Formats: sequence, C-alpha cells, structure tokens
Amino acid sequence: MTNYVIIGTGAAGVSAAETLRKHDSQGKITLIGEERDGYYSRPGLAYILTSEIPESQIFPFSAEDFQHLKLRWVTDSAQKIDRQSHKILLSSGEALPYDRLLIATGAEARGTKVPGVELQGVVKLDNVEDARRILRLCKKARAAVVVGGGITALELVEGLIHLGLEVHFFLRGDRYWGNVLDETESKIVEHRLQEEGVVLHYHTELEEIIGKRGGLFGGGELRVGAVRTVAGENIPCDMVAIAIGIAPRIRLAKEAGLKTDRGVLVNEFLQTDDPNIYAAGDVAQVFDPVSGKTVIDSLWDPARLQGQAAAMNMVGKRTVYRKEFALNVTRLAGLTTTIIGAIGGREPDDDTIGIVRGDSETWREIPEAIAAQSNFDVNRIRLMVGENTLVGAILIGDQKLSQPIHQLVARQVDITPIRAQLLSPDVRLGELIAAFWEHVR
Amino acid sequence: MNLQQFFKPEQTRRSALSEGQVVPNSSRCVQCGICSYHCPISIDVRRHAWLGEPVKASRCLTCGECVARCPRGVLRFERTSLFEK
Repeated sequence: MTNYVIIGTGAAGVSAAETLRKHDSQGKITLIGEERDGYYSRPGLAYILTSEIPESQIFPFSAEDFQHLKLRWVTDSAQKIDRQSHKILLSSGEALPYDRLLIATGAEARGTKVPGVELQGVVKLDNVEDARRILRLCKKARAAVVVGGGITALELVEGLIHLGLEVHFFLRGDRYWGNVLDETESKIVEHRLQEEGVVLHYHTELEEIIGKRGGLFGGGELRVGAVRTVAGENIPCDMVAIAIGIAPRIRLAKEAGLKTDRGVLVNEFLQTDDPNIYAAGDVAQVFDPVSGKTVIDSLWDPARLQGQAAAMNMVGKRTVYRKEFALNVTRLAGLTTTIIGAIGGREPDDDTIGIVRGDSETWREIPEAIAAQSNFDVNRIRLMVGENTLVGAILIGDQKLSQPIHQLVARQVDITPIRAQLLSPDVRLGELIAAFWEHVR
Repeated sequence: MNLQQFFKPEQTRRSALSEGQVVPNSSRCVQCGICSYHCPISIDVRRHAWLGEPVKASRCLTCGECVARCPRGVLRFERTSLFEK
C-alpha cells in the first residue's frame, strides 16, 4: 500500500487527492494544510468583499465530498521534509512517513518593509482570514490607501469602494499594470476607477504608515491613522491594503535540497530532482513549450491540471504535463477581461514584484507578433498576430468573442486566410473574428 | 389576458428545456460558487463545472441566472435538440 502525502490544500492539492483516489483505491492519502479553513476558492475572496456571495459560499467541497476520498486531513504546518527517512516533520512533532510526496504549498503575498506595516489596519487579500479582517475593519474605517498592482490590488480597490470607503490608489509610475496591459488598456481601467470615485495618485510611493492611538483620550491600540508618501504628502486613512505580488512558498523544498529557482523546478512529469517528490500549482516552475522557458502561473486551472498530472505520475501512470496557453478571465475595474497567451506589456511594472495572483509569467513574453487592435473605449480587443496563428489576446469589456478567441489561440488555428485583413488599419476585428470563427469552429 | 398569453411563459420554458442545457468551460472556472448561489432551485452548478459536465438535471429551469452571473464566462447554453427547426 502506497503512502501518499500532499502538502497544501488548494486547487492543486485537492485535485491531486481526487486523482490519487480514483487510480488507487487502497493507497493511504494524507493532506496537510496550515489553514483551518481548509480548501476554498481563493479567487472567490474578491466576491466576498463585493458582497456577491457570502463567505460560506466559497467552499466547493462538502465534508461528504472529502469523506468519499477516504483521506486523512491534517491541519498543521509542515516544518521539514526529511528525504533520507522519507518523513514530513510537522509542528506538532509528528513525523509523517511518505512514499510519494506532492508539494502544493502555493504562494503567499509578499510583504513590504515600509515602517508601520505592523500597525492594526494594514491588510492584504491572501486568505479567508484576510477577507474577514477587511470586512471587520470596514465597519469603522472611512478611508483606505491601496498600494500595489495587478489583479489583487484592483480587487481590493473595488471591494473597499463597494464597502463605502474613500479609496486612494497609489501607482509608482504613470499607469496601471504596465508589464501586461498596453497604454490604452491601462487608461481604460484607470478612467473606470476614477468614474467609481477612486482617487488615483500617480508617481506616488509609500514612505511610511503613521499610527494613532485608538479609543477615547488617545488610549488603546496603535492603528493606522495616515500614510506619508516619498514626496512628503500626508494622507489620512484608517486602512492600508497592500498587494505588491506573491512569492511561491518554496522554503520546504529549498531546505530539503531540492532544485528551486523562483519556484520548485519540475520536469514534464512534474517531478522534482528527487524522483519521489513532485510539485504542482503556484509553487511549481514548469516548462512552457511556447517560450521554451520554465515559468510560474498563479492560475486556478493550471494548478488543478498540474495536481491531476502529478497524481497520475505518483500512482505510476506516466503522464506528461503539457502547459497550455495561460488564460484568465477576470474583472479589472468592473470590466470583464480575458487575457490569454503572450501579450507582452513592454514596460516594467514598479508596483509589483514578480507575479500577482491570477497572473502568468508567460503573459509578459514579448511575442514575435504584430498587435491588431480595435476599439479604444471600454470595449477593446487586442490580438497578437503571429506568423500564422494568434499568439495572445486581451479582451476588455464586451466578452462575446472571449470563447472564440480563447479557442483560436488555444488550438493554434491557422489564421492565414484572414491575417492580412487582421493587420489592415481600418479593420473591425470583432466582425472579422466572428465570421472567421463561424467558418472554422 | 387571454388564455394563450397566460400559458406562454410555460411554453417558452418548455421549449428552452427541450432545446438547451447549461454547459461549462471548466478551464475558466475558479470555483467561486456564484453560479450555485444564484440557482433558484439549488442545483450545484459549480460541481458540474468542476467535473466538466453539462447541467443535465431535469429540474434545471434553464432560467439563465448562472450563465448571466458567472463573472468569468464559464457557462453557456448549448442546443441539445437533435432536430434543427
């Protein structure tokens, strides 16, 4: 009987457990997770802040679903992987033996060293507890400063606006998410934020978070009272939300002597350099056949597919993980946005370090392609036109063509018949793509 | 209101039921559960999206709430009618 251990209870870990059970009805499966809340939809946190769903809704599996998997669930923190003795050491002191191990520890929000980050009222949006904290603080808070970039920063901005706060969004440069979006797209998002009442501060960097004593007569706990910018401006606020990016949680792997880079390095079987140890999800750095590099995604579906592929290999059924074109459909300032493939933002983004949640390193690849674009208001399409295929695309606003464009990129459909038209200056991309899709679907 | 008008909504619902079903594109789903939350008859649409299965439940009203509410374009109607009109 094989002893399978999975560290991490996110999409990768849970889908791996499902796959293991499906293909090995006898094996012992242990799932180790630090979070008491267990498995939940991390992307769903944003929708709790906007009151679209209650917190109870983000848990996709019932207790019964887990019972069917016949696994042991351990809520504890894995401290060490002992590769010699094939054991995981837990905080509780227990040593869990393994035959095959999956590291699916995910990623965590990066911290910042700005003075005052320890103050009550400084928040992030990384887990359910963070969402709860924000909702609690918002009952009393009036104004918030959001620092960072990418999707999570906007989720915080949107959530806090919805919760009735005055929101100040700091951008270090002159536009939002410059290494993924082009200038027009950044402007569309920024304009929309301003319409919602968000105060954008360009070329603004946080210098210090200033505390004040809560309670009557200045007693009580020290909490956020204002921020000071590098330029010396003081902005009074009760909350500071930080989303400057995420870092794969590679500590365990690194200390165990496994090969790591930005993430845990794996081969096409999602196997680390120890044949009994695999990695999947946000923590794994996998081979991307398109760019020829090893990359990290922080996306739900790749995490899930990697969990499944790793599990197949763990039960001894050799399965190659083929990374697909990275896709996310998300909301930027209330505008539904589809991002797929390489769309090569050409500027660095000083608001973030590495990637953010809902992000893929592959999006930043600058493809050998020409951009075809239509519309410059809230509904925008930008296609990256390669030699005979579309290598990437972004759609903001109107999503009627989201599925067709997703399929054209993912299946690498030959676009030769319309390539010249795509690149003609007065093209109506929407109509052209819709007609082409009807023809090739 | 005449009798014909009175029965029209039911007729529309029946024709929708016989012609279409909700189909997920799992690669877009993040399991947030907005679909299941808004289903008026509590079908766990999210589970269907996780399993990549169409919502075949005969109870499904094909009311379109889940399709419209999904923030990520996971769900769509697909015709199931074997015979084109």
